[in-house]
Amino acid sequence: MAYSDKVLDHYNHPRNVGALDKARADVGTGVVGAPECGDVMKLQIQVEGDRIVDAKFKTFGCGSAIASSSLATEWLKGKTLEQAEGIRNTEIVAELSLPPVKIHCSVLAEDAIKAAIADFKRKQGEDRATAHPAEAQRTWEQNT
Amino acid sequence: MKLPIYLDYQATTPVDARVLEAMLPYFSEQFGNAASRSHAFGWKAEESVEHAREQIAAAIGASSKEIIFTSGSTEAINLALKGVAEMYASKGKHLVTSLAEHKAVLDTCKHLEKLGCEVTYLKPDKTARIAPEQVRAAIRPDTVLVALMWANNEVGTLNPIREIGAVCRELGTLFFTDATQAVGKVPVDVEADHVDLLCLSAHKIYGPKGVGALYVRRKNPRVRLAAQMDGGGHERGMRSGTLNVPGIVGLGKACELARTELVAESARCRELRDHLQQRIERELGFVELNGHPSERLPGNLNLSFHFVEGESLIMGISDVAVSSGSACTSASLEPSHVLRAMDVGEDLAHSSIRFGIGRFTTREEVDYAADALVKAVRRLREMSPLYELAQEGVDLKNIQWQGGH
Repeated sequence: MAYSDKVLDHYNHPRNVGALDKARADVGTGVVGAPECGDVMKLQIQVEGDRIVDAKFKTFGCGSAIASSSLATEWLKGKTLEQAEGIRNTEIVAELSLPPVKIHCSVLAEDAIKAAIADFKRKQGEDRATAHPAEAQRTWEQNT
Repeated sequence: MKLPIYLDYQATTPVDARVLEAMLPYFSEQFGNAASRSHAFGWKAEESVEHAREQIAAAIGASSKEIIFTSGSTEAINLALKGVAEMYASKGKHLVTSLAEHKAVLDTCKHLEKLGCEVTYLKPDKTARIAPEQVRAAIRPDTVLVALMWANNEVGTLNPIREIGAVCRELGTLFFTDATQAVGKVPVDVEADHVDLLCLSAHKIYGPKGVGALYVRRKNPRVRLAAQMDGGGHERGMRSGTLNVPGIVGLGKACELARTELVAESARCRELRDHLQQRIERELGFVELNGHPSERLPGNLNLSFHFVEGESLIMGISDVAVSSGSACTSASLEPSHVLRAMDVGEDLAHSSIRFGIGRFTTREEVDYAADALVKAVRRLREMSPLYELAQEGVDLKNIQWQGGH
């Protein structure tokens, strides 16, 4: 399969790879996908007021999945939460020229954005309601 | 060293210069139709085809009269399975095969099921092997054919063909083996191995694409086939169609080289494969071998790299040509059915890479590939959320993933 130049560029020079401290109250973390399906995206945002000031990702997945999440972090920085919620997977498809078999990668990136925002909002709500911010930050549940 | 490096010899192989040289006169000078009986053009073509038949028979311990030319292994498999099922329908309608077979076998079996046959799909063990006792247990009085591959195209595992053949012979069931990956790599002898039908393909053994052969046993027992291609009655009526003379000459020469160079070439490929495996395992942790540790093709290495997805890894080593069991490299979006049948976890199936080493692979190329691979795996693990979790001591098996599809 031939990759678009933009996918190759993001794959070879991914933007914003890394991790933010998921225990922090101003950081929202979204983890979507599953290893069995061949892709897992972790996307994190750091928010000041209602504006995203930093974004990081880590992705297990094909080149298009890596590129979709890399592009998402690039777009998220500087956006308000409301603007970020408006990002659509179709915009990612268009920007990266993803072929039809790779559309699910863009869907996953949109899901990751939404999950990170939801996590941040949930934390903010919890912060106001209770006084224990550190635990239960994960958007995934651990069975013990 | 020339880039890109080809390490996908189980997919196909380049035509050996000696094979090409043997073929060339048959395109324009010796262009006769092997079925033309009335002139020298036809006689010469027929003579060359019969010489190729001898070369092919010699490579598998058969007699030249038992070789039927086809367009490749897929056609030979279709002819063997459908031809036997149709011819022996009065004896029964049951076939035995395995879940790790090539799609050419599995899809032909599905077709036969639609026509009223019953097929038992044996489950291979974790190394992709089928045990002779599984075959014995599956054979019934109405079983007309057992179809099991000699060597698996993805993970390289060798089935115990001689023992399986002995079981089939004892119970009076015909035995077909897909030896596409085995011929020229491991010794094949249809007599000692009790094989009744066998297919092989030229392009896997440094011959041209588009030509292959089916071995059909002529005595003890004599195997009969219903033709699946009707026409001029070529190939003893089993496969009509004008013979692909240049291709057949190439297949013959390729088989001769495969036979005469098998021992030396296998040893060389095995050494390079072991070197590649040792380097990767020494320099990277969390690597799993797929397939059997010793009963495998000398030039095959199939590895899964934890926390890294196969297609992204292939992108990371873009000047090394390999293939992956990952869904993302196939049109179907399904990960390899072979790894699935072996119960390799779906996550590891997505992380698998097949390295195929062959006649023209050099040690320098293997070292280049190992360097590139180690670098790419390390880079991708640094950006893998799964690796991060594992480093934190989280057992990935205990996570309930969200948003999977």
